[in-house]
Formats: sequence, C-alpha cells, structure tokens
Amino acid sequence: MDGLLFWHRLQFGFTATFHYLFPQLTMGLALVIVLLKGLALRTGEARYRDAARFWIRIFGLTFAVGVVTGIPLEFQFGTNWARFSRDAGGVVGQTLAMEGMFAFFLESTFLGLLVFGERKLGERLHALAALALFLGSWLSGYFIVATNAFMQHPVGHRIALDGSLHLADFSAFLFQRWAIVQYAHTMTGAVVTGAFVVAAVGAFWTLQGLHPVQARLNLRLGVVLGLAASLAAAFPTGDQQGKLVARHQPVALAAMEGRWQSGPYAEVNLIGQPDVKNQRLENPIPLPGILSFIAYGSFSSDVRGLDAFPQDQWPTNIELLYYGFHIMVGLGTLFIGLMGLAALLLWRGMLERTRPLLWALMLAFPFPFIANSAGWMVAELGRQPWLVFGLLRTADGTSHLVHPGQTIFTALGFAGLYLVLGLLYLFLVAREVAHGPAAQE
Amino acid sequence: MEMFWFWTVAVVMALYAMLDGFDFGAGILHLFVAKTDAERRQVLAAIGPWWDGNEVWLLAGGGTLFLAFPKVLAAGFSGFYLAMFLVIWCLILRGISIEFRSHLGDGLWRAFWDGMFALASAAMPVLLGAALGNVVRGVPLDGSGFFNIPLFTHWDVTNPVGILDWYTVLMGVFVLAALSCHGALYLAWKTDGPVRDRSRAAALRLWVATVALALAATVATARVNPDIYARLPHAPLAWLGLALYAGGLLAAITGLRTGRDLLAFAGSSAFILGILAATAACLFPVMLRSTLDPAWSLTAYNASAGPYALKAGMRWWLAAFPLALGYFAWLGWVHRGKVEAGDYGH
Repeated sequence: MDGLLFWHRLQFGFTATFHYLFPQLTMGLALVIVLLKGLALRTGEARYRDAARFWIRIFGLTFAVGVVTGIPLEFQFGTNWARFSRDAGGVVGQTLAMEGMFAFFLESTFLGLLVFGERKLGERLHALAALALFLGSWLSGYFIVATNAFMQHPVGHRIALDGSLHLADFSAFLFQRWAIVQYAHTMTGAVVTGAFVVAAVGAFWTLQGLHPVQARLNLRLGVVLGLAASLAAAFPTGDQQGKLVARHQPVALAAMEGRWQSGPYAEVNLIGQPDVKNQRLENPIPLPGILSFIAYGSFSSDVRGLDAFPQDQWPTNIELLYYGFHIMVGLGTLFIGLMGLAALLLWRGMLERTRPLLWALMLAFPFPFIANSAGWMVAELGRQPWLVFGLLRTADGTSHLVHPGQTIFTALGFAGLYLVLGLLYLFLVAREVAHGPAAQE
Repeated sequence: MEMFWFWTVAVVMALYAMLDGFDFGAGILHLFVAKTDAERRQVLAAIGPWWDGNEVWLLAGGGTLFLAFPKVLAAGFSGFYLAMFLVIWCLILRGISIEFRSHLGDGLWRAFWDGMFALASAAMPVLLGAALGNVVRGVPLDGSGFFNIPLFTHWDVTNPVGILDWYTVLMGVFVLAALSCHGALYLAWKTDGPVRDRSRAAALRLWVATVALALAATVATARVNPDIYARLPHAPLAWLGLALYAGGLLAAITGLRTGRDLLAFAGSSAFILGILAATAACLFPVMLRSTLDPAWSLTAYNASAGPYALKAGMRWWLAAFPLALGYFAWLGWVHRGKVEAGDYGH
C-alpha cells in the first residue's frame, strides 16, 4: 500500500471508529429514554421520570460529541475519497443527502427541547420530543447503513460510459436486503451498548449502596434489555448477516476465519493466529462444521477457502479482519452468557445480593463498544480491496492530488483533538454518574 | 433539472450563511456585549435552540451537492483540502464549547470555553468568505477535473494561487464584518437590557464597516473576475438579488435607527441572501471556474449526476424541504419573543 493510500485509510478509519463510539450509545439510549418516558406516562411514577432525566443528560453530552465527530466523516468523502465521490456520488449522494434532510433536521429541532424543555413542554410533549430523537437517530442510522450496504453489495445502479456509477433504481438501492439485515444487526448492537451502560450504572449504584430506587430500576432495565439485544445480535440478525457475507462476499468469509483451503465441515476457530505469509493458521482450536453451518445452515457444506480466489481479490489486512471477527463473535457470546446469568438471578430475586456479578456488570460496559467497533472492522476490512465491492478498488478512490504531507498533518490534528475530546467527555460523564440521578434539574 | 439543482444548492448554502451566520456573529460578539455569566447565558439562550439546526443546513448543502453534482464536491473538497479541515475543526470546537461550557459552574472553565467559542466563531466567517472568494476567482482545475492548492502562496490572484490571497482574505474580512453585524442585530432582537443596548451599538459600527467592505469587495471582484459583471444584463435573478442586497442594507440601518429590531435583522438577512443569490445568478451555470481553461470549468451541466438520480432526488427533496422549514417555523414559535435568562444551560 503506498503512503498516500495508507494515510487516507488510517485517517478515515480512525475518525469513523472514534465517531461511532458515540452514536451507538445515543441510539441505544434513545430507545431507553423512550421506554422510560412511556412507562412514566402510563404509570405516572416519578422514578421513571427521574431515570429518564438522568439518561437525557448523558444523552445530550454524548449526542453533542457524536454530532461534532460526525461532521468530518461527511466531509471526508470529498476531501480524502474524491475519486470515489466522483464515481459513486451519483448513487450514494442520495442517502447522504437524505440523512441531512430527514434525520438531522428532526434531531436538531428536538434535541434542545428534550434536554432543556421538560418544564416548558409538559410531560406529553416532552415524551414526544424523546420519540422524535429516537426516530431521528435511528433514521440517520438507516441512511448510513444503506450507503454502506451499497458499498458492500451494489444494487440499483448502472455503469455509465465514463465508468462512473449512476442510480438506476431508487427503491432497489434504498431497500435492498443487505441494507435491512445490516441495519437490524447494527441497531441491535447499539441497543447492546446502551443496555450495558444502563446496567453498569445500576450495578455501580447498587454496589455503592446509593440511590436504591434508581439503582434497582437501571439494573433491571439494563439486564432485561441487554439480554434481549445480545440474543438478537446473534440470532437472527448476526446469523442473517453471516449468510449474506457467505453468499455475496465468500472471499471475505474465508479471510475472516483464516481459511486458506476449501472443503466441507468448515471449522470456526476459537483462537489462533493467522500466518498470512505461509498461508496457515497457527495454534488453532477448531470447532469443525460450525462455519459451514453459519454460512449455509448445514455442518457438511463446502466452504471455499482463499485458495478459491485470485490473490488480488483477497482482503488486504487478513490478520486484522480475522481478529475483528473473532473479537466480535467472542464478545457477543460472552454478552449472552453474562446477561443470561444476570437475568436468571434477577428473576430469582438474587441479583442485587450477588456482588461478583454486580462487579462484572459494572466493569463490562466498555466491551460492547469494542464489539461494535470490531463488527465495523469486519464489514470494512472484509470489503477490501474494494471501495464498492467488485466495482471500484480502494486504491482508485482516493484524492490522488492530495499529498501525504497534507493527510499526515490532518491525521495528527485529529489524533490530538480527539484525545482531548475523549478525555473531556469521560470526565463529564463520570461527573454526572458520580452526582447521581437527582443531581441537577 | 440541472438548473433546479444548481439553485437548490445555492438556496441551501445561502440559508446556511444567513442562519449559522447569526450564531457565528453572536459567538464572536458575546465576549464584548455580555460581561457577566448571566449575560453570557442570555446570549447562549438566544442561539441555544438554533445553532445545531443552523449547522445542519451546511450538511444539507453538502449532501445536496453530493447528490446532484458529485464532480464538484469531489474537486472542491479535495482541492481545498487543508481549508476544509480548518472548517471541520472550527465546527468541532464551536460545538463542544457551547455544550461543555454549561456542565461546570467554575469561572475559569466557562471563561475558557467562552474564549474558544468566540475564536472558532470568528474563524468560520473568514473561512466561508475565503471559500466564496475562491469560487468567484476560480481555481487551477485541469482536464481531469481535479486540482489541489496550498493554503497560501504569493498572496496574489494569479497562478500559482493559494486558498488565501489578497482577494479571498478581503472577502473573508467582509464576511466577518457582515456576519458580526448580523449576529449583533439578532441579539438586539432577541435580548433585553444591557446586552441589547451593547448589541445595538456594536451593530451600528459593524454596519458601517460592512458597507465599506462590501464596496471594496465589489470593486475587487470586477478586477479578479470581470466575466461576472458581463453576465449581469442577462441574469434577471441577479437584479432581484441586488435589490435584496441594497434594500436589506437600508432596512437594517433604518430598523437600527428607529429601534425596530426585527426589521433590522430581517434587512440583514435579506442582504446576505441577496448578495449570494446575485453571485450565484452571475456565475450560473459555472460552479467551479477553471483559471487554466474555461472549457475545464465544472458547470451544472457537465458535473451533474445522471438524469434518473436528479429526478428521483427531486421527488423526495420537494417533500423534505418544506418539512425542514416547518421544523424551523415551529421552533421559532416555541421560542418566540425575547429570551428569559436561565432558559438554556443547567
């Protein structure tokens, strides 16, 4: 990879990964807040209102960082991927513009009202503002995923004489199956993050013996939602996503599992290190047949290895792709186990007394962020060496006149700025959590 | 169809300048017109419900440009690479300044974010003005449809040009004055007491500076890109824009003198929309002018997406645009009248 391509990719990868730490939490919390506001309206109980108020404060802070770190992504299509924008903008420009017009205006209008307008609006309208934020943020997610889905599996386009991609079928592009499956998987991932954060705060207050009513409410809500979302992330959404990759990106599937040789009874390896140079997997602990089952629903199915594909179509970073996939799947499995156990104890009324599990819940909240990031790495590294799968190579999509001196300058700028931003965010959120649910109006 | 999208992009960008313009102006001026923490919060309450939505017009404009004229977005964004990131970083710093400020009551914490907010707010109009200057002056687009220029070179408008030269800096300073005046008029309209008095006094001085710089920019533009004025007789929309421009300036000063704050702010808004509309009308159909060969300029006709995309996009865009205006109207209704101190922030 030449230097310019490397820096374009590094900067986009870094800014996108950092950005997505925030929207996954706001999209998850948006659902939590809507649930709490709904419960408050139905029961009239103050504890739901108080809980909603606390999470709205965290939401506002997180949303602001999500907004400001999202701006660079939209710009970077043009600044860093100019030839991609020129050649694919005739298609993906639609969804990116729709995100601005349909989602961002909705969100920005109601955000201030949600965060500061409780007294001015009254209970019902305030709940409506929460619903608007939920709709806006989840709509925004759809447009982004639909854009990405086109890059993963292009449909609804035609290729013009000059090689650029033109939109040919709007609804085939906007509502293709890949977009819907990927969206379902992405959003369940976001709810996992939101639920784990809610559960962690509940566990923290329970362990501290503070705010008993709020501690219990958050713990219960986080565990129930966390179990449901963790299960849905694996089945049906993750399962369906896996089958799509197997069908449309078989070379990516082979690389995700470090599989060089084709054959039946394909295994999933619990662990192991891919050795790309010698085309083998070191220290594997295989579970035979599982990959065949994931991909095709039968343990004996033949799964093609990388040997079935020309080398210039292999993903360019097989090692990272392999680890991304294994981290995502491994953590996802652990989430089901942890939340399943917590739900069982909750049902038996023992969760609040089982301190080791409360510790685990309190400390588990960073891992969904890692799992979501790893999942996006699987999607984006698995798509390589293509920007638009099968149509436009990543190396042919860069801003070729921009020189590395410019990209390194801006990449370093982002590194510094985002370090400070991340530290300030953590500091302010930690303050809110330490203040507790009733700290401020 | 191409004409529809050219004007869509122009209208959205003009709305962006007019809307985010007033909160840039308020951000710049709040250090001077609001002295105490309560007064600062009054300013933030005036722009608090708006600034995020105002900024969305920029993203909407970028998205619309992407949808309809991907070649212009590709060439412009990569060509002005470093300046684009200065814009991005300013927007990030502004956003977190206004959000983080209210989370701590500490005086030093708030002073820091107030200063950051003012700096980022001042840099934005300069960058936007320079961007407009670059569009008017032209860039060294080659036959492949791309270019890339440094931030500055020899500060002259001849090749090798930089993003900043005497002309684009002049445009930056002009826009800085115009949007500061615009922000002052907005604050005069939405606030009460000492903040309003100081805003009115500032607006008066800034109005004089804006008029002087507008004249200078007009003369300079004739030197940098004479074609613009040659098109004037054939561009009826430009005359409408110029009428708004002149009428807006007059309304602003009249409103300011007679204490009719809304008239003054509306005048300043009309001035901004008018000058941008007149510029767009005189440039049409050129979107990015090549200084190397006029044939290499990117126009609404040679840089647009396919006809099907333009048509499909128009269908949903015509529904989305009134929806967005509706949100703004409703928000304006909710926040009608002068702000009450303590409306915004914890």
